Amino acid sequence: MSDKILYSYTGLFDTPDEIIHAAGKTADEGYKKFDINTPYPVHGMDDAMKLKPSRLGYFALVFGLSGTFATVLLMTWMTAFDYPIVIGGKPFFAFPAFVPIIFEVTVLAASVATVLTMLFVFFKFPNNSHPLHDTDYMKAVTSEKYGISIQAEDELFNEEKVKNFLQALGAKNITPVYFDNEELNVKHAVFEPKFISLLAVVFILVSGATYITLNKLMFITPFNWMMEQSKTIVQESNVLFADGFGMRNPVAGTVPRDQIPYKYKGDPEGAGENLANPLIPSKEVFALGEVKYNTYCSPCHGFHAEGDSRLRGQFPNPPSMHSEKVRNWSDGRLFHVITEGQNIMPAYSSQLSREERWAVVLYIRALQRSLNAKESDLQ
Amino acid sequence: MTTTDYRHEPSVVEGRPSLRELDEIIAKPLESKPDKKYFLALAVTLSMLGIGVIGLAFSFYYGTGLWGNNNPVGWGFPIVNFVFWVGIGHAGTLISAILFLFRQKWRNGIARFAEGMTIFAVMTAMIFPAIHVGRPWLAGYLFPYPNQHSLWVNFTSPLLWDVFAVSTYFTVSFIFWYVGLIPDFATLRDKTFSKIKKVIYSVFSLGWRGSNRHWQHYEMVYLILAGFATPLVLSVHTIVSFDFAVSILPGWHTTIFPPYFVAGAVFSGFAMVQNVLIFIRKIFNYEHIITLDTLEKMNKIILLTGSIVGYAYAMEFFTAWYSGVQPEQFTFVNRAFGPYAWAYWIMASCNVFFPQFFWIKKIRRSIPFMFVLAVLVNVGMWFERFVITVTSLSRDYLPSSWAYYTPTLTDFAILIGSFGFFFTWVLLFTKSLPVVSIAEIKAVAEGSQPSHKDH
Ligand code: HEC
Repeated sequence: MSDKILYSYTGLFDTPDEIIHAAGKTADEGYKKFDINTPYPVHGMDDAMKLKPSRLGYFALVFGLSGTFATVLLMTWMTAFDYPIVIGGKPFFAFPAFVPIIFEVTVLAASVATVLTMLFVFFKFPNNSHPLHDTDYMKAVTSEKYGISIQAEDELFNEEKVKNFLQALGAKNITPVYFDNEELNVKHAVFEPKFISLLAVVFILVSGATYITLNKLMFITPFNWMMEQSKTIVQESNVLFADGFGMRNPVAGTVPRDQIPYKYKGDPEGAGENLANPLIPSKEVFALGEVKYNTYCSPCHGFHAEGDSRLRGQFPNPPSMHSEKVRNWSDGRLFHVITEGQNIMPAYSSQLSREERWAVVLYIRALQRSLNAKESDLQ
Repeated sequence: MTTTDYRHEPSVVEGRPSLRELDEIIAKPLESKPDKKYFLALAVTLSMLGIGVIGLAFSFYYGTGLWGNNNPVGWGFPIVNFVFWVGIGHAGTLISAILFLFRQKWRNGIARFAEGMTIFAVMTAMIFPAIHVGRPWLAGYLFPYPNQHSLWVNFTSPLLWDVFAVSTYFTVSFIFWYVGLIPDFATLRDKTFSKIKKVIYSVFSLGWRGSNRHWQHYEMVYLILAGFATPLVLSVHTIVSFDFAVSILPGWHTTIFPPYFVAGAVFSGFAMVQNVLIFIRKIFNYEHIITLDTLEKMNKIILLTGSIVGYAYAMEFFTAWYSGVQPEQFTFVNRAFGPYAWAYWIMASCNVFFPQFFWIKKIRRSIPFMFVLAVLVNVGMWFERFVITVTSLSRDYLPSSWAYYTPTLTDFAILIGSFGFFFTWVLLFTKSLPVVSIAEIKAVAEGSQPSHKDH
């Protein structure tokens, strides 16, 4: 017995009158760490034990008011700011219509939080390893007896004295209660393999259920994986096609409607001799040519075709288009350069349609004339 | 001539049983094996539940077109049943919270059971709006949560208020119930000899020790919860009535609805609790805990609330006439003498006429009479919701869209299923938890409180 640590001395009474009397006497004697255990709340016991009134009411008030304010703020933000929708012409901030929900949430917050506070903060539950559990004393006081337990921790505690004191009060079954050594030695029940595997199972079940509800039913934003769709994305590899490319080539042997095959591939001279500009110069055609030229050609050739690139040396500067050579080229020859490119200049046939290319040619002609005007132009 | 000593309040519990005896009596159903009768009862309720499940399975497979709901009566049975069941729940909270605040000691014997019925009734009720939306698996959309449309729910809609009211009501009732159960779990824990049961009770008792340092806060929390549950229970049926009253349909758009609905809810709830208690006290021999006095008091409340409901019926007619609004007047004449007159008169006779028998003390104290009357009350209250919902919808402002609503077989299957669902829970409850609060009944047993003679 001597290796066991004493928790308290307990005694039992048969009637509520006796226990009230005993509680009063114990408190008068100066004991602080003692407790009364009864099967139901006995009226007047708080006064007898000299307990201060419960402060839980204040907690309830704070929790309830937090619920109130949180709801008002949330609803106001949601309906008046984040996504205002006109419903039946009512104002976005429709306070009277908010009242029912404010009330409900207030009640919900106050009741749930107060009960949780009582159980887990005030009582420090769950506590099934308390030394009083599983004693005959506990079995009696949860059924029909009224018990008193004076703890060894109390400053005034003295084994003999307490025993005599309880006897004097008329208590029956005066017994010491010891800490359970086994319970004391089990320190880290949390790390037991059983508990950990239970945690793992719970974790898997909960996360699985959460995944399904959030993704498949509720479509909550961070979980709905909208970015990951089984669709063809340009420039990305794709499992749908054997070659693994997302983008497809035109079907062999077919010609897209707007792309008539170019007859003078690799034959600039031929193009120069045989192709003629089909466009009749007009305001609209020049305007089109200007837009396209400024977009596609001017970065390298400059706005006036003088070869003053804006690329600051990142690409070799092209020669001026005001040279004798280019001025004497036929329209077809110019068209060929745009269509096929020339040396390091890339082809523009995919960016510019046939018509747009001819319009650019006309515009270049106009640029050339602006620096080398003929005398007849002055008239 | 007998003289009664009125200076002493007679105890709620008859026969002066000792505290240990009370434990034994209340814990007996949990410790004994269920008998044949129990399984028979369970078989009946499960069959009813099965009928409901079949009805629902068909409804989900073929769609809600299987129900009678159609234009213009879009609210048929599902809403009628919803309002009916939520109403049933109200008695439990009234008994456990309001009567607690009024210090009615007789409530202690029946509070646990009535609260349990509240929880089951609300669970049953919640089925109906869920299935009425057609795709119950998407019921989560009813709550404001950050979704991918970044849309919020409509906080100004009574239907959304309902979502909050009913879910809050369920949660708070459940907590109230559980808090009340904690000391009882401790008693059972220290009483049982079975190892498994002991573990289960220990877990749920959370390690309750009956310490007065705990009782002190416990009683405070119980008071706070009762204080919250009281306005809550009133708000719930008020909000349910808003579903109707906030619309502009004649017959619905009246300010009398909230008190009228709350009274009706308490009325039907008490009738249901009374009905079931009559069986419970007989089967488990609780006659001295759930006494005839208690039942009589319940009958008085049924009489009171029934009369309030009757007054409301009369007042509705008066208001319609006094308002001078033609559609309103038509609606009420149509209710009493139109195509649904049969439903109206079932309602009026069951709710207003028959409860008047409770003025007679003999009938108030006669088990068979009170049982039949309470059954009639529940029939009447179901029809009240039917009358309100269906008559107004089937004949609104536009005569060209009038139509007669007929429920289908599926509707009835689901209604039967809801009763099966409710009573299955009730039966399971009676065998798994103490149906009378052990701690509370001890607190009102004779000689259980100090006589304060030395003070
Ligand atoms: C990426 C810069 C770049 C762009 C954009 C560009 N070019 Fe060129 N271009 C060059 C270079 C560099 C040369 C000289 C190629 C060579 O060495 O023969 C050149 C040559 C030319 C020539 C022949 C000049 C000559 O003297 O041989 C013509 C005509 C011409 N470009 C027209 C155009 C037109 C029209 C456009 C717009 C559709 C265009 N270029 C867009 C870089 C560009």
